[in-house]
Amino acid sequence: MITEGRAWKFGDNIDTDVIIPARYLVTTDTKELGKHCMEGVDAGFSKKVRPGDMIVTGENFGCGSSREHAPMAIKGAGIACVVAESFARIFFRNALNMGLAIFEVPGISGGIQDGDRVSVKHDTGEIIDHTNGRRFFAAPLPPFMQEIIKAGGLMPHVLRKIRG
Amino acid sequence: MGQTITEKILAAHAGRDVVVPGEIINVRIDIALANDITAPIAIELLEAANIPSVFDREKIVLVPDHYVPNKDSRSAEQVQIMRRFARKHDIRYFFELGEMGIEHALLPEQGLVLPGDVVIGADSHTCTYGALGAFATGVGSTDIAAAMITGETWFKVPESIKFTYKGKPQKWVTGKDLILYTIGDIGVAGARYKAMEFDGEAIEALPMADRMTMANMAIEAGAKSGIIAPDQVTVDYVSRRAKRAFELYVSDSDAAYVDSKSYDVSEIEPQVAFPYLPENTRPVSGAGTVPIDQVVIGSCTNGRIDDLRLAARVLKGQTIDRNVRLIVIPATPTVYRQAMAEGLLETFLAAGGIVSPPTCGPCLGGFMGVLGPGERAVATTNRNFVGRMGHPTSEVYLTNPAVAAASAVLGRIGSPEEL
Repeated sequence: MITEGRAWKFGDNIDTDVIIPARYLVTTDTKELGKHCMEGVDAGFSKKVRPGDMIVTGENFGCGSSREHAPMAIKGAGIACVVAESFARIFFRNALNMGLAIFEVPGISGGIQDGDRVSVKHDTGEIIDHTNGRRFFAAPLPPFMQEIIKAGGLMPHVLRKIRG
Repeated sequence: MGQTITEKILAAHAGRDVVVPGEIINVRIDIALANDITAPIAIELLEAANIPSVFDREKIVLVPDHYVPNKDSRSAEQVQIMRRFARKHDIRYFFELGEMGIEHALLPEQGLVLPGDVVIGADSHTCTYGALGAFATGVGSTDIAAAMITGETWFKVPESIKFTYKGKPQKWVTGKDLILYTIGDIGVAGARYKAMEFDGEAIEALPMADRMTMANMAIEAGAKSGIIAPDQVTVDYVSRRAKRAFELYVSDSDAAYVDSKSYDVSEIEPQVAFPYLPENTRPVSGAGTVPIDQVVIGSCTNGRIDDLRLAARVLKGQTIDRNVRLIVIPATPTVYRQAMAEGLLETFLAAGGIVSPPTCGPCLGGFMGVLGPGERAVATTNRNFVGRMGHPTSEVYLTNPAVAAASAVLGRIGSPEEL
């Protein structure tokens, strides 16, 4: 799968309270959560997102709470994938489990600017910035994690195992 | 080569003799925990998959603590989802209001988590139980849903960093100050994916409540877990609470660590973490003049009886500043009753504060003390991110309970020594 869109840039240590403030955690509706995505740093964010757009961010993205509402809100806002220098571990696990595409690329903050047109090949992790012509490659996931993604997330993976 | 306590616990739960950092293993879990924010997502997944039964009704713990007593009808619906699920599956440990406390204070207090356990919780502060010598870590709702079916989960075995604390602490220095100082040193991503292992004479001298405060905030350094080897303090704490057998693991002397840090605690002052990250720490003497509007004493970090005793010691005979609102939140009903029996609640009320029922409430900007635009709070909680306790322009300063209590009296951030 290839997605293409605008890069929305954020800094280091973007925490889950910024991604989805706790006052909205009274629902499990992805679309509704999406309306408040990134509200802590950019109040009108979700309205600006177009299909194919991505978040490009620094170190330790998603630090803080274990709330799965964070990757849900990002998906609900229509973001196709998140490319980060690094991810906080619970966020990484949650994104993998629920099928939000994430790519870890050290140095990406300096390589892509806010507003750049960027395409991402999800299968190979190849990222092309069409605005400046630069290419990046995400570190491949271990085979076990690729299996989870191929199954469509952790639940289908587990159900397939127990139901054969 | 020897193994760390973390590697030993994970190996035992993977049915292996040895595990190596970096490898991905499947482990048996002793407890799967979720709360009123995270359980509903897990329950919806289980119901969508038509799962007829859970792996073990005694190993699932459901605690509606975040927005309970329900802050509005929508949060009440989330708890209804939990309640219906708990009844349907006869979940033994579903804590209804009256028994409910803040999960990470409640589970150790009730003897539900024990040394040597592997515990996963759909709450990032699940790492608290490392204070008991358990491997405990936060995961998301989907991981909990899967574990409720299989009784297992996967982990990448973490590398360990050893943090050694030597010397005798200064007056008013608590476990909170040691962990804030450490986070200030290594940063909010300083232990990302790693197990933080705390040891040294200053840790051995710490009471269990302070050990829990330290392990609780391992996540604020990005860690997978925080852990303290079980000793006599641990055994004294768990032996009168445990309802099942447990095992004590300690690290081998030749275990491998990816890094080690050593601190002389006699050089550490009470700490204040300034907005908007827990790593922005300063000694309280260097806080400057920061006027405040609210003080919150409570949370999974500092809402235990030891914490309330410390706050009451500072507040006894004092009156809080007229511009400050003081909210004290005993973490569990047991803590509440003990505080009442010891006269601590009277001290808080006499000083001009108010006492809330157990809840996470204001810590995450939920209710029971949410901040308005530009307001500042000193809190004994664990996070001071943008908008954490309310409005995006509000500010949270993290301290220990003694500094929080003193600040309520002073009307600004300050030390008990100034009273």
